[in-house]
Formats: sequence, structure tokens, C-alpha cells
Amino acid sequence: MKISVIITLKKDVLDPQGKVIHQTLDGMGFEGINEVRQGKYFEIDTNEDDKKKAEAKVEEMCKKLLVNLVIEDFKIIGSQ
Amino acid sequence: MHSSVITFPGSNCDRDMDVALKKFGFKNKMVWHDDVELPKSDLVVLPGGFSYGDYLRCGSMASKSKIMKSVLNFARGGGKVMGVCNGFQILVESGLLPGVLLRNKYLEFICKNIFVKANNKDNSYFKDDKKDVYEFHIAHNEGNYFCTKEQIKEINNNNQIALFYSDENGNVNEKSNPNGSLQNIAGIFNKQKNIIGMMPHPERMIDPALSGEDGSIFFENLINNLK
Repeated sequence: MKISVIITLKKDVLDPQGKVIHQTLDGMGFEGINEVRQGKYFEIDTNEDDKKKAEAKVEEMCKKLLVNLVIEDFKIIGSQ
Repeated sequence: MHSSVITFPGSNCDRDMDVALKKFGFKNKMVWHDDVELPKSDLVVLPGGFSYGDYLRCGSMASKSKIMKSVLNFARGGGKVMGVCNGFQILVESGLLPGVLLRNKYLEFICKNIFVKANNKDNSYFKDDKKDVYEFHIAHNEGNYFCTKEQIKEINNNNQIALFYSDENGNVNEKSNPNGSLQNIAGIFNKQKNIIGMMPHPERMIDPALSGEDGSIFFENLINNLK
């Protein structure tokens, strides 16, 4: 089963890269952008067939390595 | 006094640290990240560099390497552990120190001499040090110290801030903050003060012909305090 997870910076954490991307998009003429926040995306292919078990495994991976919970949040967005 | 410097794949200040420690009297051993056991050590140093290419987050991979189990046990048993630059990043990722080091505020790699002010001298690293303000060197892309509101409260309550970025007279202000660090933090201790993490490199300031001598003062004092 393949699990997809996105990792985003917490709301109150400064995202200078997002800010620069925002400025660049403004400079390119894209109008009406309120904010840009940059994150990460992982696809983890496991040999676990049970969706709940696979998601639980990925959640543990997130907490132990993939995510720094001081500054980041994560969300499992798909299992297939 | 015995010290150990851990070399991770991508460490690049490990040999400088070895030279500095030996110059001031430590019997130093280099330890490979894949080793399981630490040699007899009075001090363990996690050096600067770009361990594992800074993949995922700086220090995150190195914090899970084999030798770190022994380092964690050593540190939790009260052993002295010092992390410099990438070593500081590894210490926060391993959970031995609170907080995290974010990308520098203005997205620039900073490589220059700066001044830091020692905040707490009631510990083995700065006890009896004659200096308050040191000129050290920084070279990093992710040195912007950050932590949660609860963590910073605890850090201040326990007097865990080791070094502030300051000007040469010891004034701590926004102008002397090179990377956007919370409260100008350049280095912190754990609660017990046996573990220190700092972004500046004292090992780069041990030769008056090349740089300066404030690192010499730091290391001389450190070995005397550990004796």
C-alpha cells in the first residue's frame, strides 16, 4: 500500500522561502496572492495491505524522523 | 582528559576540532558514525559540517546513526557533550537540546566572524572564563534558532542560554543578530548544563596567525574545568 503524506510548517513559523516565492510570483504579474507556504510531500510504498496498519506505520515514521514536531505538522492525504 | 570527535558522512570540521582539542591537551580519538561504542571520554564533540548532505532536515539523519545511541546514553548519564554548528543541529534533532535551527532569516549562507556573549558561567564550559565576549566564526545556512513558547519559557527559567549574538562590547540587540535567532540565541545548554550546542566555531579561533585566539581561551578553560 502506498501512503502519501504532506508536511507543512506550523502557522507561526517563519517561512522565508515561501515569502521569496510569493514576491517572485508578484513580480511575474500573478495578482491577488495572499500568502505562499512551502512544504514537503512523501510517498511511502509499504508491503502492508491493511490501510489502517499502513497509515499507523507512516504516522510513526513521521513522528520519529520525517517531521520535526516543533515546527511542522503532517497529514496523511492518501492511501492506495 | 580524553575526548572523542564523531565523524559523520559529510562532517567537515572534525579534523579542525581534533587539532584544537589536541593543542590544548586533550587525548582525542576520532569515532566513526557507524561504530557502536564510544571510547573512554570526558568530552564528546559533534563537529560541524553537512552530515548526510543536510537531507530532510539538517542533522536529522545523523541524529539516528548507530553511534548516537551511545552518545545519548553518555549524555543522559551526565557526560559532557558539545555540538558545534551541524553538531548543534544534530543535538536538537536527537532531542538532547530543545528547539530547532531554521533557515537563516534572509536566506543567505553566512560566513564571517561575529561576537558572542557568554550568558551563564555556572557550568563546565565557561566557569572561571576571564572573557565575557568572544570573537568566534560562523558559517551556516540554518542557524536561526527557534523553539515553542513553552520551550523558551523553560529555557529562560532554567538559565539554559549559553551564548547570545552580541556586538564587541557585549550589547545584545537586533543589529548583532546575524540570522534571526530567537532572543539572539547562539548556543544553549540542556537543563543539567552538561550538554552544549552552539552555532559559532571556537575551533576556528585558535591560531593568532590565521584567525584569533578567543577559541584558545575557550578550550584552555574547558580542559581546566574538566580536570
